[in-house]
Amino acid sequence: MYDLVIFIPLIPFLGFLITGLFGTKLKNETLIGTIASAAVGISFILSCILFYSLLNQHIENPVIVPVYTWISAGSFSVNISYQVDHLSVLFSLIVTGVGFLIHVYSIGYMHNDRSFARFFAYLNLFIFMMLNLVLSSNFLLTFLGWEGVGLCSYLLIGFWYDRKFEGTRIIWTGDAGNKAFIVNRIGDFGFIIAMFIIYVTFNSLEYQTVTELASGSYATYFNTGIMTAITLLLFLGCTGKSAQIPLAVWLPDAMAGPTPVSALIHAATMVTAGVYLVARTSVLFALSPVSMTVVAIVGVLTAFFAATIGLVQNDIKKVLAYSTVSQLGFMFIALGVGAFSAGVFHVMTHAFFKGLLFLGAGAVIHGLHEEQNIKRMGNLKSYMPTTYKTFLIATLAISGIPFFSGFFSKDEILWYAFSKGHWSLWLIGVTAALFTAFYMFRLLYLVFFGKERFDHHHIHPHEAPKTMTVPLQILAVLSAIGGFLGIPYALGFWFSSHPNMLENWLEPVFKNAQFIIYKTSTHIEIGHKIHIEEYILMLISVGVALLGIKLATDFYKKDELWTVPRKLATNNKRTFSLLYNKYKLDEFYFAAVVDPLMLAAKSFFWQVFDIKIIDGIVNGLGALTKDIGNYVRKIQTGIAQNYALLMMAGIIVIIAVIIFSS
Amino acid sequence: MEYILASPLISILFFSVFIPVVDGITKNRTTVFVLTLLGLIITGILAIYTLLIPVETIQALDSSKTITKNMIMFGGFSAYFDILFCLAGILVILASRNYLNREYGEYKEYYSLIVASICGMILIAHSNNLLVLFIGIETMSIPFYILAGFFRTNQKSIEASIKYFLLGAFSTGFLVYGIAMVYGATGSLDISIISSKIQTGQAIEIYLKIGLALLIIGLCFKVAIFPFHQWAPDVYDGSPTVVSAFMSTAGKAAALVGFIIIAKGFLPKNSFNEVSSLLNTNFKLILAILSAITMIIGNITALVQKNVKRMLAYSSVAHAGYLLMGIASNNQDGWSGIIFYSTAYLFMQIGAFIVVSVLERQTENFVTYEEYSGIHKSHPFLAAVMSMFMLSLAGIPPFAGFFGKYYLFVAAVKADLLWLTVIAVIASIISMYFYIGLILQMYFKEPLSKEPESDTGLAKITLVISAAGILFFGIFPQIIVNFTENLFK
Amino acid sequence: MLEAYLPLIFMLIFGFGIAVIFLVLSEWLGARRITKEKQTTYESGMQPFRTARDRFSVKFYLVAMSFIVFDIEVVFLYPWAVQFKMLSPEAIIAMFIFIAILFAGYFYELRKGGIEWQ
Repeated sequence: MYDLVIFIPLIPFLGFLITGLFGTKLKNETLIGTIASAAVGISFILSCILFYSLLNQHIENPVIVPVYTWISAGSFSVNISYQVDHLSVLFSLIVTGVGFLIHVYSIGYMHNDRSFARFFAYLNLFIFMMLNLVLSSNFLLTFLGWEGVGLCSYLLIGFWYDRKFEGTRIIWTGDAGNKAFIVNRIGDFGFIIAMFIIYVTFNSLEYQTVTELASGSYATYFNTGIMTAITLLLFLGCTGKSAQIPLAVWLPDAMAGPTPVSALIHAATMVTAGVYLVARTSVLFALSPVSMTVVAIVGVLTAFFAATIGLVQNDIKKVLAYSTVSQLGFMFIALGVGAFSAGVFHVMTHAFFKGLLFLGAGAVIHGLHEEQNIKRMGNLKSYMPTTYKTFLIATLAISGIPFFSGFFSKDEILWYAFSKGHWSLWLIGVTAALFTAFYMFRLLYLVFFGKERFDHHHIHPHEAPKTMTVPLQILAVLSAIGGFLGIPYALGFWFSSHPNMLENWLEPVFKNAQFIIYKTSTHIEIGHKIHIEEYILMLISVGVALLGIKLATDFYKKDELWTVPRKLATNNKRTFSLLYNKYKLDEFYFAAVVDPLMLAAKSFFWQVFDIKIIDGIVNGLGALTKDIGNYVRKIQTGIAQNYALLMMAGIIVIIAVIIFSS
Repeated sequence: MEYILASPLISILFFSVFIPVVDGITKNRTTVFVLTLLGLIITGILAIYTLLIPVETIQALDSSKTITKNMIMFGGFSAYFDILFCLAGILVILASRNYLNREYGEYKEYYSLIVASICGMILIAHSNNLLVLFIGIETMSIPFYILAGFFRTNQKSIEASIKYFLLGAFSTGFLVYGIAMVYGATGSLDISIISSKIQTGQAIEIYLKIGLALLIIGLCFKVAIFPFHQWAPDVYDGSPTVVSAFMSTAGKAAALVGFIIIAKGFLPKNSFNEVSSLLNTNFKLILAILSAITMIIGNITALVQKNVKRMLAYSSVAHAGYLLMGIASNNQDGWSGIIFYSTAYLFMQIGAFIVVSVLERQTENFVTYEEYSGIHKSHPFLAAVMSMFMLSLAGIPPFAGFFGKYYLFVAAVKADLLWLTVIAVIASIISMYFYIGLILQMYFKEPLSKEPESDTGLAKITLVISAAGILFFGIFPQIIVNFTENLFK
Repeated sequence: MLEAYLPLIFMLIFGFGIAVIFLVLSEWLGARRITKEKQTTYESGMQPFRTARDRFSVKFYLVAMSFIVFDIEVVFLYPWAVQFKMLSPEAIIAMFIFIAILFAGYFYELRKGGIEWQ
């Protein structure tokens, strides 16, 4: 039964081969789109089958499905094998489910694009790589997927390689792709080093083995330097892939890609790979309180700062990009305080509503003929009713309005942060939530309400085609009700003692980590009790969300001239430009890292070291070898007698050596 | 049972007699072509069947009671090499038709000669007696001499043939002399008896040593090891390209089986006897030094060639050096490394030579590096497969050539020949230059004004099989390795 | 142990050395008076009347091949026939296979026109 897992990545790969190799020959958009979507759809169905069999059958340990051993050298072996457990199946459901919807959406969105087939080939390849990442049973295959999704991300950011894109030292979309790729490499470096240390420490790269070894003797490993090193290096990888401080800079520029790509890769799936990795190695993180603290602090700082940047952006996709960064920060807060399932829960709900927001944004951009500036939109509600309604649901969800999905997941994170004694995390988190509600409704009002600020003569907004709106509607339903999978105990105690279904589902995955945290922490575990604080906090965060909405309504809906925000911007010019320019982080990196490196590379490493020393040696050796060759070839006279002579000489020498050497 | 085990031998013998008869009867070339192909396929299938017979069954056979009187051995790596030889024959014959018709004329004798030489090779692989080994080598070599001069109005071809014949006869003399010496030392030609006599010390040491040295020299000539390698570049360059492809792969592999048989029997491991341990270390060292010189000379001379066919000829000398590493290591890993590498080498070398044969015209045109400039535009398929063969020859993963080298290097390291491995790695690095250089020529240079025409025909099948082979064994090297591990127990 | 082979090695060295010495000496000491007669091919005293690098007709080789076919057959058949009674039945089969192979060769030669002189 579990062997089916092999086909989950395989089918999108076949899809990639078909669309990639024969796509240009098929010439039929519907056919290409159907093949690509169907491949992902079948994977989704297979994931569902696995999901049900896991649901009905209680398994203690993950099921490892080996595919083949690529090479074994001594004790080191590279296995291609997949791991079926609650976490990997959940992620594969998210990846294939949301992926399928976005594939379908793309059929409409990419209509008439000259590289239609290439787009779908990349998308399928991405799904394949992402599934390898989440389904792998060892670090190495995960790393392969990790690099693979990075590659697809790069390819898709620069998909419209002949279009310009605006950014710090970015001219073409390809530059944005480069930036994403290079920034990610820094994180990958951490990942690779972490793998080396893991192999040296545990003599294995299999998750199962490493987890067992680490949790089996947690007392010896607890709070050791080696664990902190491993986890911090792994986390460095996560900050790259999941766009956290200090490597967050690439994600906003990744919006150069087509919007479905932003929805799939840069919101719903790839960027959550970091969360997945931390969750997958939760045992290791649990063994290092230092790293946990670092994760939480990085998460909360990212959540806060990204939210503040989001307040002032005018590009619809940039707002959403910063929102993504901020929400990813929330997920890391959860992981950092040890609430792993809460983090994963937020991954899921975020995939729904952020995917939906991006797709909605795509529909808007599509309807307005590639207009992305929200200041040049307005009143689209009447032109695009479906998009509006779905967008509204997603906005409510992300703002944390009760009983929409985001409410449950975000609230759970904030509650855990507070209950584990980190009230400062909670405070900053709530502030970020306030900003989130504000900028999301600002976006909503500027796009769908108010005056029509676009050029009427050239732009005639229209509703998106069916292939685009149906995925929107499905995602809207999921955004609205998806949260009920994780009802907190405080709200659901009246019908079940374990109302949080997702937590129950993920319990086997995180039990080791939770056990370690429980054993090693001085803080007393709260357990399932009703706390009056929890209701108060819940009320506060709802109140904060409503406050944000209220502010946005006052600033942008009721007042068509936006007097208050304008005044704020002019009165606090420096703050505004700091926020608008993303705290000048890009400029700082260029000045502090890139430019000195380039200077050193150009003036010393290239001109002196490379050309003079390395090339000198290499060319010298090459010339020497060639000279020897020209000399040696003269032995080859072409005269048989000479050959026989050399043979005879060889025979005499060999016989002589044999006789005399005894 | 023994007839089943001997069936590849019987089959190839039958066809090598039958095909000339058919050649005498019919004027239809296609008949002979198809019959040859059929014969090789049947022999190959029989060999596969015997390969699958479990070792216990073969060991249970009392070989002294059989009609072959312990002169022939069965199963194991012999059967594996049978398959390899038949495969090489099939690949080359498929590619030969168009080439021969275009360059000289398709004579039916060609097929008879190929089958006869394969008959010799199979005899070598099965020999358990020095006399059988010798007959096998001669049966293989004499058709080679003729095949080398197959274009009998072409001067280069005749030159190659005569050179090959003269030097071959010269080396055969030493081989026979060596056999005589060994017989004198031990009083037997049966390899298993000789082996046991060496181990128990019942041999006259000096005769044995000299005899063994001469035997090894004779085989070194066939494998083209320095200083007995000089015929190889001239012969491979002058012969019809398809023949070069065959000689440099199957011929070399056959001589290597001979080597393995000799090494297994005469250089036994784990012996407590002084004589044999002495033999072991000394010969190991000599072979290692020869191997090192061969690969360096081969690669360095290949480096300065401007003619692709000649480059391949020299590089085949270098590859003989790599292969000899396996013999020099004188352990199981070395022998199974040879088996893997011969398989990989068969595919990539045949493939490369066939690409040359498809492009060349009247043996001199379209063989230089310059003439290969930018052919990826006019011949994308040929350029792609040629690049694969070059990468594999250079030993770049994921192609089979990489793992072949890898296993040989590992074997050498295990045999305490680290210095040899280092030299081999350096030699491989040198070889990158001309292999990758050809790819650069094909892909990154502007095409010449006159573009070569390609005339692939059935050669396309050869190329596809070869390319698929190096890819397959590069991705799943474990298949052969697991299999060969059991062969030398 | 080595001493026993010392004579052998000396013989090798002397043999090789003497050959070299004689070659060098004759090159060094020999007088060089080139005459027309000396430059001509030595044909056991006969006057060479045309070039020695002559081609034989391939038919001579064919005759030689036919000879080998029958010659070898006889060489093996004769002792076989003499010892026939002492041999096992396998020997008959073996001899028939041998004759069949030789016959195949003969047949091939016949069909290729090896016997036709013209």
